[in-house]
Amino acid sequence: MSTTSVDLESHGHASAHAGHIDDPHHQHHFTTMEQQFDTSKLGMWLFLATEVLLFGGLFVGFGMMQARYPREFVEAHTHLVRWQGSLNTVVLLVSSFTMVLAVQAAKKGIRTKQVLFLSLTIACACIFLVVKYFEYAHKYEEGWLPGRFYTYQHDSIPACHPKLSGPEAAAAAQGLTAAEAPCTNGYATFFSFYFMMTGLHGIHILGGIVVLTWMLLRARRGEFSAAYYTPVDLVGLYWHLVDLIWIYLFPLYYLIQ
Amino acid sequence: MGWLTRIMMPPAGSEFAKEIDFMYMGLFWLCVFLFLTIVIPMGYFMWRYRYKPGRVTPHVTHNTMVEIVWTILPLLLCVAIFFWGLNGWIKYSVAPGEAMEIQVTAKQWLWKFEYPDGSRTVNDLHLPVNKPVRFVMTSEDVIHDFFVPDMRVKHDIIPGRYTEIWFTPEVLGKHVFTCAEYCGKGHSEMTYNLTVENDADFAKFLETGGTEWEDYFNGKDPKKTPADWGRVQYETKGCNTCHTIDGNKSKGPSWKGIWGKMELMNNSQKVLVDEAYVRESMMYPQAKIVCQVRDGDRCISGFEPIMPSFQGLLKENQIKGLLAFIQSLQ
Amino acid sequence: MDNAVTFAPRIGDRPRPKKNYLNETKGFWSWAGTLDHKRIGIMYLVGVLFAFFLGGMFAMLVRLALFSANHKIFLGILKTLGVQKDPAEVYNRVFTLHGVIMVFLFIIPAIPASLGNFVLPLMLGAKDVAFPRLNLFSFYLWVTGAVMAITGMIVGAIDTGWTFYTPYSTTTDGTVTLMVGAVFVLGFSSIFTGVNFIATTHKLRAPGMGWFDLPLFIWGIYSTAIIQVLATPVLGITLVLLMLERSFGIGIFDPRIGGDPVLFQHFFWFYSHPAVYIMILPGMAIISELIPTFSQKTMFGYRAVAYASVSLALVSFIVWGHHMFVAGQSQLATVVFSALTFLVAIPSGVKLYNWLATMYQGNIKFDTPMLYALSFIVLFAIGGLTGIFLGTLATDVHLTDTYFVVAHFHFVMVGGTVTAFLGGLHYWWPKMTGRMYSEFWGRIGCGLWNLGFNMTFLTQFFLGSKGMPRRYFNYLDQFQPLHAFSSVGAWILGLSMFITAGYLIASLRKPMDAPDNPWNGTTLEWKTSSPPIAHNFEEQPVVEREPYDYRPVLAAK
Repeated sequence: MSTTSVDLESHGHASAHAGHIDDPHHQHHFTTMEQQFDTSKLGMWLFLATEVLLFGGLFVGFGMMQARYPREFVEAHTHLVRWQGSLNTVVLLVSSFTMVLAVQAAKKGIRTKQVLFLSLTIACACIFLVVKYFEYAHKYEEGWLPGRFYTYQHDSIPACHPKLSGPEAAAAAQGLTAAEAPCTNGYATFFSFYFMMTGLHGIHILGGIVVLTWMLLRARRGEFSAAYYTPVDLVGLYWHLVDLIWIYLFPLYYLIQ
Repeated sequence: MGWLTRIMMPPAGSEFAKEIDFMYMGLFWLCVFLFLTIVIPMGYFMWRYRYKPGRVTPHVTHNTMVEIVWTILPLLLCVAIFFWGLNGWIKYSVAPGEAMEIQVTAKQWLWKFEYPDGSRTVNDLHLPVNKPVRFVMTSEDVIHDFFVPDMRVKHDIIPGRYTEIWFTPEVLGKHVFTCAEYCGKGHSEMTYNLTVENDADFAKFLETGGTEWEDYFNGKDPKKTPADWGRVQYETKGCNTCHTIDGNKSKGPSWKGIWGKMELMNNSQKVLVDEAYVRESMMYPQAKIVCQVRDGDRCISGFEPIMPSFQGLLKENQIKGLLAFIQSLQ
Repeated sequence: MDNAVTFAPRIGDRPRPKKNYLNETKGFWSWAGTLDHKRIGIMYLVGVLFAFFLGGMFAMLVRLALFSANHKIFLGILKTLGVQKDPAEVYNRVFTLHGVIMVFLFIIPAIPASLGNFVLPLMLGAKDVAFPRLNLFSFYLWVTGAVMAITGMIVGAIDTGWTFYTPYSTTTDGTVTLMVGAVFVLGFSSIFTGVNFIATTHKLRAPGMGWFDLPLFIWGIYSTAIIQVLATPVLGITLVLLMLERSFGIGIFDPRIGGDPVLFQHFFWFYSHPAVYIMILPGMAIISELIPTFSQKTMFGYRAVAYASVSLALVSFIVWGHHMFVAGQSQLATVVFSALTFLVAIPSGVKLYNWLATMYQGNIKFDTPMLYALSFIVLFAIGGLTGIFLGTLATDVHLTDTYFVVAHFHFVMVGGTVTAFLGGLHYWWPKMTGRMYSEFWGRIGCGLWNLGFNMTFLTQFFLGSKGMPRRYFNYLDQFQPLHAFSSVGAWILGLSMFITAGYLIASLRKPMDAPDNPWNGTTLEWKTSSPPIAHNFEEQPVVEREPYDYRPVLAAK
């Protein structure tokens, strides 16, 4: 028997023995391109499932804290600017649509359309972040910040309730910094979650811009065709999930009553 | 089988503990039985079917009947055990209405107990025999756990929350209580004695107001003087709501610098602030009212006579502490 | 060639190929940059064994500290080393590091990432895992996590316990943020391994291999992967929250700023209970390979065992609250979680009885892997049965947070998972290295392992039921004899591991002598050479029979 058929191969590229496919994107351990595509897609769906659970934990935490501070949460949400949130929702919905068109264009191998729609998607993502910047800047100026950085003074429910008594209260009043002083502040908790969830989502948008730009460069080189458009398709799936998460974040933060 | 229980469990301090022991031993024998249903066949097969060259093994892929049996039987057993455990749990969870309530505050790394009459102890717990006791617990820093092995109960103590636990101690003498939730360096040092005593001894214990005060009067710790004990009373008995210690007037006269001075009363008489006067003011607050607005040696109006009597609310050691505290405010 | 599951010829019947995955390419980068699942598996193996050694050393220190109530030896060592810290603080750091290293660096990746990586594609008749680059990436994530954890240990260590309970973890000194960051990174390593294994199992099975032709090892690893993918992200976000709480005081877990410490426990156990099954399912999976192979008989109740794996994975998501019966969750939640917890017993019991039924009328050989498998059955049975005491509400109140719990989970994690890991390591060692180890020393090692383990941990059941709380540095004098006995057991356990390491390493020094199929196994990994060639199989295997079908083998004789 011969061992020559195996010892010259390098991973990640087609080989003579692997299966009569000349596509340079074909990886040796898949029998067919179709199998490779299906596998990639399954992998992406699994990754998206982990993303959902990642955000899921925060949604549950938000729910628990909302139950703890219902009045503070409702009041705190009035500090968010609803039209800015709505604008961002529309922007992301549009970007999802252009993403679908980009994937369609990739499937058909039309290069100009791929470039156009990917650029539009990236533009939408950037608009989203710009709006987000103005929102964050406003919160920063007003002192609506997470946890111990919360400095806003005009809430209707007093921020701190010292709970200790006895000699400890005296000690607490003297030696401790504001952050260590015992107090409860539902507003600060609301903004902790606001910044964490929209921040994590923002990081996903940023990541999206990076991979979309990469797709754009590859599309310009004409890499995608009916035979091979897996990366665009997967990035599309990712992008839809990022939109979907926003669709849940928007009513949670901007529309609660 | 009592000896086996004694090997495995600590001494039982209550009827509830005996019930738990019974359940524990029941589960123990059940598990021994189930364990044998596994290892006896295993041992037998190891010997009976040990390797012999040429032995042909049968091709048996499954046997639905047998498999259903060994799925359903354990399931039924589990349901039964669950309800058995639930029964004990309900007893553990629901305290009788007449139970005496003791406040427990845990912190790194000590226990503070407060009895219904205001007596306080640190790291020392005395309970009357055969009386149900309910502990209402909170923590000042991290999570702790109040664990009394002899009573077979424990519960976490959580900062910012109150949790409860109860039991009826039924065996006189010393038992141990300890912290069962990891809380840092001194975690394993939080082991102290619970003394279960008869009603007379317990009453005597309460009469002196617990045992915490002793630390302040034995002179061992320079941070614990009688005056410090007085400060604790000042802050916990409500004195600080009306009396300041910085010289400012509040609803009542400030305590700063009054000791040994002549104080003007609302009838324009002057009274020496000494032990007798202070004791009288605590027990019979309306006997003499301090002047609030004065014109030279003449009093225009006194403080509002709103102070309640502390007769019976302050133990002797607490009064001594307060006296020392006022004395120290020069 | 008949591609049905037939036996690859023994050595001598056909020449060993000159090139295999070990010697195909040479040099540091041929390993560090490899995409070959076998090499990645070997690198993982070296990594987790190093972590096992490190965590084991800390375990030895823990037992040394507890050997006597006055800690004479431990204090002596600290004095010699010139450690100024309070010995209780040192002890707290030691047991924390033992827990963190063993759980996150060793047990969780031990079977899936090392043995699983090596064996899973071979068993499926695939050339590699679905995403080889992701596989390498997840290995480097593991390395990053390990480096972070070890850096954290060197610069300051932590004393929170491996559970990182708030508010202790948000207030204590030490490198908590770095350690938690390490665990976060390790979590993503675990997620990517899971994603890879699920996709591989779905899409890269050999022609003819249906779902019920999968070896049971694959079923176990597949179930594990589901948990890795679905539970680990929740741990990830929890740890991020913990880090933010520590650094910015965001007020979610810390009651002083309005948070809820019990919420942390819910989040933590929502991951960490399923994580228990990330640990034990692969162990069971190995046993399901060893029992039929060494009994030379088909697996009894194959489907029941396969379903049991998947149902354990699913049930694992709904029982997390049983860690918190006395931790301040609602009464109703406690009762519901207790009831659900009993569901775990059913599939576990089913597996045990199916293994026994497989041995019935078998032809049982007691090679080292089988000895470990039989040890597993006994130890896991004890671990599982003592779980009943803890799942039952009334007895759990007394036993939780005591040494009873410590003994219980060590029986499951060490007596179960690590025993199975050792069994699997011995089972696939010839396949991985091409060498047979000393059978004599193998049996000695396994015997000492059992002796040491039972001395160490059976004792601790008694300590626990007697009321000795866990994580205690100082203990009452009445516990002295049991603690001393347990410590001696631990050192025997350590000795057995040194012996095992010794003869395994010694086997590497001799020329390759392992046949392709030393144990008469029927699954596909035994169809290729030992060690396998770089692309696993010379010809794509085709599956025509269910796994563990011994009829053709027996007929051939």
